Amino acid sequence: MSQWEVVIGLETHAQLRTQSKIFSGAATAFGAEPNRQACAVDIALPGVLPVLNREAVVCAIKLGLAVNASIAPRSVFARKNYFYPDLPKGYQISQFEIPVVSGGSLTIRVGETEKTVRLTRAHLEEDAGKSLHEDFHGKTGIDLNRAGTPLLEIVTEPDMRSSLEAVAYAKALHSLVTWIGICDGNMQEGSFRCDANVSVRRPGAPLGTRREIKNLNSFRFLQQAIDFEIQWQINEIEEGRAIQQATVLFDPDTGETRAMRSKEDAHDYRYFPDPDLLPLEITPAWIEEVKRGLPELPQAMQARFVSDYGLSGYDAATLTATRDMAKYFEDCIVAAGRENAKTCANWVMGELAARMNRDSMEIAAVPLAPTLLAGIVRRIADGTLSNKLAREVFEALWAGEGKDADAVIEARGLKQISDSGAIEALIDEVLAANPKSVEEFRAGKEKAFNALVGQVMKATRGKANPQQVNDRLRQKLAGG
Amino acid sequence: MSLTLDDVRRIARLARLDVSAAELDTTRDQLNGILAFIEQLQSVDTAGIEPMAHAVDVVQRLRPDAVAEADRRDAFQAVAPETEGGLYLVPKVIE
Repeated sequence: MSQWEVVIGLETHAQLRTQSKIFSGAATAFGAEPNRQACAVDIALPGVLPVLNREAVVCAIKLGLAVNASIAPRSVFARKNYFYPDLPKGYQISQFEIPVVSGGSLTIRVGETEKTVRLTRAHLEEDAGKSLHEDFHGKTGIDLNRAGTPLLEIVTEPDMRSSLEAVAYAKALHSLVTWIGICDGNMQEGSFRCDANVSVRRPGAPLGTRREIKNLNSFRFLQQAIDFEIQWQINEIEEGRAIQQATVLFDPDTGETRAMRSKEDAHDYRYFPDPDLLPLEITPAWIEEVKRGLPELPQAMQARFVSDYGLSGYDAATLTATRDMAKYFEDCIVAAGRENAKTCANWVMGELAARMNRDSMEIAAVPLAPTLLAGIVRRIADGTLSNKLAREVFEALWAGEGKDADAVIEARGLKQISDSGAIEALIDEVLAANPKSVEEFRAGKEKAFNALVGQVMKATRGKANPQQVNDRLRQKLAGG
Repeated sequence: MSLTLDDVRRIARLARLDVSAAELDTTRDQLNGILAFIEQLQSVDTAGIEPMAHAVDVVQRLRPDAVAEADRRDAFQAVAPETEGGLYLVPKVIE
């Protein structure tokens, strides 16, 4: 009887794929020696001034267009004031009252169910540096290479109702930002990280008090952290304790969330417009220019896959999980012919995906070019290969054996036997050798028929066309 | 609007300013003086006027996305109080 409704909103920090920082000309490349990419602006030497990186703005416009949001003709940068050694200025340059992107939405899919998650806003800001708390004679080490790296913080409305929906949203957003090329999506390196605001309430009741889980950098942690937090909050309330608003951290080792010790003033950021930066103007002409440079978006491509290739919505969504995957699939169709689209889809989502999964491989690293897979698909379509033989050809081509499907078929003698004379002869042999099975079949045992088919297939080492064997065998047994 | 001594203490703490007990009264009075000016400004009728985020009515100039800074770590760290292995060292930060 204790029914609870879960309410989740996500804030995602996507690191933008620029060469240089958002307000300085220092490099953003990952993995440099400490402080080699921290210039005078990044370390906040006196007298320096920020100058906004045009490309960071282009990235924000792209996101805005991709989620159907409104892009502010004028937006304002603000100072978010707090003291921490990895923030040398004593404030983070962010956007507060007027962000560059407002509204918009993202469609997510949990199983067969589609749902729309509304976005509140997306704003540009700079990242902080990194504090290293290992032992430096009782001191903390500061690396400012990351300071000033451009981020787009994308904030949703509290529209998600389960950890599964939250993960589906995070995956859809991850797919979108990498698709439009504004973020490399590398979660290990922190290029895409989520904060989850979680609360619970009785259905229909006003929103409960939320707690914010910070810095989740994998989809698995996102799900685990939210699930733990939900259960914790429900237990607290059911035991008569009120939830206090708090920022919590997730510990992947214990699978638990715990409140950070925070000072009472921690959230008093005293935002105000940064006098060092003028308002950011984005003209309709600029938006149009950016729009022309956008690739076909996943949603549009999914709709096209359904209408042009007759795929299911689920298949279309799977094949557009990444732009590389979608391109592989379409390259495959170009070479195999549109009439074989469904077979191409099955092979890309089946054999190819399984192989990639097994070898934890990205599609860009797959040794089998889409034209080669298309070669296999064509030989299935014209009856040369059974599915079983096709898998053998796939294995061989994956291992780098043979220059294409036809070469492997030739070299290994894998041609499916479709020559009816040859099959006929084999069937006769098998019937003569298995009078008992023939008798049983005639007595009405369907199992006996399967045994006979098996014998014929065995005699051809799996190379006969199973449908053809079936048909001919039945005719023969019926006295034809 | 006028500030209390507690407000002054809180603002000082947020700004990491060490305002001594002896300075508290004067600081409060000076801040309240500034607030009085602002109240005067707020009495002006600004209905229908677009708020500005900057005193100058121009827009931000943008920089092309190119790496334009050389590595000057050695020069910067020569004037830092303490460094090790390329890191700036600061008093221990405890979460």
